[in-house]
Amino acid sequence: MTEESLRFAAKLSVIRAFSQIFALFRKDLLLEIRQQYTFYGVLLYVASTIFVLYLSMGEPEGPVWKGLFWMIQLFVCVNAVAKSFLQEGRGRLLYFFSITSPGNFIVAKLIFNAGLMLLMSLVSLGLFVLMLGNPMPNPVVFIFISCLGGMSLSLVFTFLAAIAARAQQSAALMAILGFPLVIPQLLLLSKISNIAFAEVIQGGLAGMIAVLVGLDVMLVALSLILFPFLWKD
Amino acid sequence: MLRQNWWKIICVVALIYTCIEGFLGSVPALPIINETIRNLYFHVAMWFGMMILFIVSVVYSIKYLRTNNHIFDIYALEYAKGGIVFGCLGLLTGSIWAGFTWGAFWSNDPKQLGAVIALLIYFAYLVLRNSMTDMDKRARIGAVYNIFAFAMLFPTIWIIPRMVESLHPGGMGNPALDSNDIDKRMRIVFWPGAVPGWTLLGVWITTLRIRLQLLTEKKHTSEPTKKKFSHA
Repeated sequence: MTEESLRFAAKLSVIRAFSQIFALFRKDLLLEIRQQYTFYGVLLYVASTIFVLYLSMGEPEGPVWKGLFWMIQLFVCVNAVAKSFLQEGRGRLLYFFSITSPGNFIVAKLIFNAGLMLLMSLVSLGLFVLMLGNPMPNPVVFIFISCLGGMSLSLVFTFLAAIAARAQQSAALMAILGFPLVIPQLLLLSKISNIAFAEVIQGGLAGMIAVLVGLDVMLVALSLILFPFLWKD
Repeated sequence: MLRQNWWKIICVVALIYTCIEGFLGSVPALPIINETIRNLYFHVAMWFGMMILFIVSVVYSIKYLRTNNHIFDIYALEYAKGGIVFGCLGLLTGSIWAGFTWGAFWSNDPKQLGAVIALLIYFAYLVLRNSMTDMDKRARIGAVYNIFAFAMLFPTIWIIPRMVESLHPGGMGNPALDSNDIDKRMRIVFWPGAVPGWTLLGVWITTLRIRLQLLTEKKHTSEPTKKKFSHA
C-alpha cells in the first residue's frame, strides 16, 4: 500500500469511530427524550430535596449553602449516572459488544452523562437560588464552577457505574465505591467555590482549577484504558 | 538458604538498628518537638512502606490484566492489604505524635484527611471484591478498580494536601525530609535503617500471607479429587 492510501485508511477509521460515538450518543439521547425518565426523575428528586432543605433551614449562610449544594450534586450525580449502565440489559450489551469498540462505547457514555450532569447542575443551581436564596457576591462565576463540578463528578461515576454494572450489583455498590473516590474532587470544588463566595479572591485557586481539570483528563484517560478489561467476559 | 533469605536478614538487622538507634541514639533537642522527633523513624517510614506496597499491588494488578494469571490477583490483593495495615499504623503513629506536639490527636489537618481518604478508597477495594462470588470476575474487576484507586491516590495524598495550609512538617516553612532540614545523625538511621527495614517487613508479612493463600487454594482445589480416590 502506498503512503497515501494508508493515510486515507487512517482517516476513514477516525471518521468511523466518530460516527459510532455519535450514533451511541444519539441513541442515549433519543431514549431519554422518548422515555423522559432520568431527567424528570432526577428533577423531582432535586426539587423535593431542596424543598425539604428550604423547609428545615430557610435561607442558610454562605458556607452551609455551599456544603449543601455540593452534597446535593453528589447525590444527583449518583442517581442520574447510575442508570446509564444499569439500564442496558445483558443482551443489549452483548449486541453493542459486537457492533462497536469499547473505547467508542465509553466515550459516548461519558459525553452523554457529562451533558446530563451539566443540565442537572444548572437546574439544581437555579432551584437552590430560587428556594435557599443567593448568598454569593459573584453568582456568574459559580455557574461555571458548578458546570465544571457536575461534569467532573459525572466522569468518576460513569466509570464506577460501569464497574457496578459488571459486578451485577445495584446502584448501592456504586455509592459505596464512589463516595471515598470523589472526596478529593469535592474538597477541590469546595475550595474553588470560594471564588464565588468570597469578596476577596484567595491566592492558589487557579492552581486548584488546574488540578481539577488535570484530574478530569486523567479520569477520561483511565476510563479509555481500563474499560476494555471490564467489557470482555 | 542465604540465597533466598538475604533480604529477611537485612530486614531484621535494619529494624534492630532502627529500634536501638531510634530509642537510644542522640537526636537534636528542639522545643515543643522534644523527644517525639524519634517518631520520624516509625511514622514516616510507615508511609514509605505503604506507598511501596501499593505500588507493588498495582503492578500485579496490571500484570493480572495482561496475563489473566490468577496468582497475580492474589499478589495484588495481599500487597494492597499490607499497604492498608501500614497506612493504619502511619495514621496511628502520626495521630499520637500530633497529640503531643499539636495539642490534639485529631485536628482535621489536610494531611490527616488525605491519609484517611486514601485508606477509605482501599477499603472500598476490599468491599468491591467481596461483593462478587465469581472468581474470574472478582479478579478482573478488582484489578481494574485497584488501578483506578491508585490513580486517585495521587491527588488525594500527594497533590491536594500540598496546596492548602497544613501544620504538618514539610509545608508552610516547617522542616521535614529535605536533605538540608534533616539532622545528619537522624539521616543515617532513617535512610539505611528505618525505610528499608519497615518496608521489607511489610513485604515479608505479605509474602507469608500470599503463601498461605496459595496453600489454602491448593487445598480447596485438591479436595474433590481426594474424595474421588476415597470412594474408589
